[in-house]
Amino acid sequence: MSLDPVLLSRLQWAWVIAWHILLPAFTVGLASYIAVLEAFYFFTKREIWFRISGFWIRIFAVTFGMGVVSGIIMPFQFGTNWSRFTDATADVLSPMMAYEGLMAFFLEASFLGVLLFGRKLVPAWAHFVAAFMVAFGTLLSSFWILATNSWMQTPQGYKLVDGRFEPVDWLAIIFNPSFPYRLAHNVTAFYITTGFVVLGVGAYLLRRGKAAEESRLMIRMALDLLIVLVPLQIFLGDLHGLNTLEYQPAKIAAIEGRYDTVQPVPLTLFGIPDDRDAVMHDAIDIPDLGSLILTHSWNGTIKGLKEWPPDERPPVGPPFFAFRIMVGIGFIMLAVAIVGQVLLRTGERLYRTGWFLRLCPWVAPLGFIAVVAGWIVTEVGRQPWTVYGLMRTADSVSPSLTGSDVAISLAFYVIVYLVMFPTGIAFMAGLVRRGPQAADAEPSAIESGRPERPFAAASPRPEP
Amino acid sequence: MALDLVPIWTALLALAVFYYVVFDGFDLGVGMLYGFAPDETERSIVMNSVAPIWDGNETWLVFGGLGLLAAFPLAFAIIIPAVYFPILIMLLALVFRGVAFEFRFRRSGLRRFWDQAFCGGSIVATFAQGVVLGTFIQGFKVDGRHFAGTSFDWVTPFALLTGLALMFGYGLLGAGWLILKTEGALQDWARKAGRVCLIAVLIAILAVSIWTPLAEPEIARRWFSWPNIGFLSPVPLITLLIAAAEWHALQRNHELVPFLGAVGLFLMSFIGIAISLWPMIVPYHYTLWEAASSESTQAFLLIGTLFLLPIILMYTAWSYWVFRGKVRSDVGYH
Repeated sequence: MSLDPVLLSRLQWAWVIAWHILLPAFTVGLASYIAVLEAFYFFTKREIWFRISGFWIRIFAVTFGMGVVSGIIMPFQFGTNWSRFTDATADVLSPMMAYEGLMAFFLEASFLGVLLFGRKLVPAWAHFVAAFMVAFGTLLSSFWILATNSWMQTPQGYKLVDGRFEPVDWLAIIFNPSFPYRLAHNVTAFYITTGFVVLGVGAYLLRRGKAAEESRLMIRMALDLLIVLVPLQIFLGDLHGLNTLEYQPAKIAAIEGRYDTVQPVPLTLFGIPDDRDAVMHDAIDIPDLGSLILTHSWNGTIKGLKEWPPDERPPVGPPFFAFRIMVGIGFIMLAVAIVGQVLLRTGERLYRTGWFLRLCPWVAPLGFIAVVAGWIVTEVGRQPWTVYGLMRTADSVSPSLTGSDVAISLAFYVIVYLVMFPTGIAFMAGLVRRGPQAADAEPSAIESGRPERPFAAASPRPEP
Repeated sequence: MALDLVPIWTALLALAVFYYVVFDGFDLGVGMLYGFAPDETERSIVMNSVAPIWDGNETWLVFGGLGLLAAFPLAFAIIIPAVYFPILIMLLALVFRGVAFEFRFRRSGLRRFWDQAFCGGSIVATFAQGVVLGTFIQGFKVDGRHFAGTSFDWVTPFALLTGLALMFGYGLLGAGWLILKTEGALQDWARKAGRVCLIAVLIAILAVSIWTPLAEPEIARRWFSWPNIGFLSPVPLITLLIAAAEWHALQRNHELVPFLGAVGLFLMSFIGIAISLWPMIVPYHYTLWEAASSESTQAFLLIGTLFLLPIILMYTAWSYWVFRGKVRSDVGYH
């Protein structure tokens, strides 16, 4: 078998971005959570908010550090492996990517330093503002990077000059048709991911008998957020799906595992897709339900993949299965959020319900899995295009690369990430085990008026 | 719109690259010297001298990369694939070095391992950057708008020479920084290390100055034809003067001059390379203007950059001000 530089470059991209995306999936939500905690502390002056906030700031520092380190890799990927894509699209996409980097750095350099080390150096209001600015910065970064991704999915506002995209209307480029839906769906997903982590950590601490007051507050805040956001997310997901049906119908056909156009459309719960023969084996169908979900009418129809020539069809397997994983997790989350609310609202039974508290830490990682699954749906589902309908993935790769070049680099990325990420995760697990600390265990800032390094700040002083 | 933004972006990019080379250069240099520091206490001082600032320095690499991508995308699309492996090695070495830095402070059991990872990461990253520089000066095989060579074209004697040269160059910057931030025996040791690096750097500058005009007749014409030779002769002369002052300063009691002298040598080398290659951004195929992104692209990004860059620079200056003065082992920053 000869090594295909296109396939290997895609795998390499998938590897570095799948790890990287886990970090914003957590930091975006966590930054906002910390901002809320800081707001409560600022306005009520109750120390419990301070302790919870300090606990999460230490964890945030580790995650943010890893996000920066793995983020430095990303822009260079465009040059090393996707140079033809870069040459064709940079006039449109590069300023948005540069703004993402500039703003992330700007906020890292200024407000994060204040948030991590400045509690004793700046007035209380400034610390509170810093928390909000960091949260705002993570949202701005999401804004720019998702605008970039959305333009690749639903390009507009450009003109084609000799096969290269040139900007015509920046507002149209940024606010392209899929962007509002993608932004809402992603940011909500990030918030939900964080919510379930907070819930899981709170339940874990409560069961361990550590910081009972703090952990109850974490659980209650998380459940109150989730009962709003999880149903909202299902609704947003539906809107995003309708938008995709309008602009990327082949992606919807792949998600649904639909090779043939039929009317009305059944809902395929499960099956084994076979792209070569364009047929779904062992399909478990529910009649008519597909029409209702996709078109919001009982006998609407969608185009099957056979309507497209074979070289314009996405592979069905990854989006088909990943979508089912994502939606399945969504419903598990909904069930947990509802049960949690019921237990909470009926005399606070929740805090004594052992099985539910044991369950919560197991649900905590589901958000990350759902985010990666959703990303597989949207990115594999838009194949074989990098700029939808206009530029093929196969035409995007650097022409000088051979399969073995990319195989070597991929192996290096795999090895280094498998050292770096487990070490970082183990370190965070240690912080969680220690639990919230009293005020005087706050990482002290130094005689010299000196910010410590993020990771160092994350390491609480030894307990007295 | 008639305003030509290419000179502005050229200046911004040159600034970002030079800033990166000097600032991450000295902390990479300190990272390399760290492996040779006499004992454990002194290693800690060496480490603490860059602890507060090294990660901020590294972010300028992202600035440089994104700036090149946004302002001169054609150059980015040709140069980066040509140095596929040096870039890969550099990125992974920087990642490893960053992680090592964080973990050496808390995993006492593995401290030796992380110490070596920090030093090794610095060496590998620097060498890779030097190789990128050498490959850039030599130029690329280009077909239309693409790099047409192989992923191993960078393996040339010249690029390996510049890789080694940059290790000594960053070593000199690092030694200058240590002289500034330390005292006593450690400072004496840094002066000695600085002298070794300076000799190697001067040999390398001489070698590159002879090699490039021999390899590229266009560069020879630019430097040695009349009247250019008159205008340009100050460049090597000033370099020589700086080198002499640097040697002198490394032997005497000057504290700031060794670092400034090292920066001066880098600046002169930077100017020398710019003169040789101007106005090429993809030597010897595309000029800055040919590789530039559209005016609209450059303008759109310039607005935000001119707003954010001064704030970032002010913050950076402030953080250096906070950490001014000598590093001692008892008032560690950790």
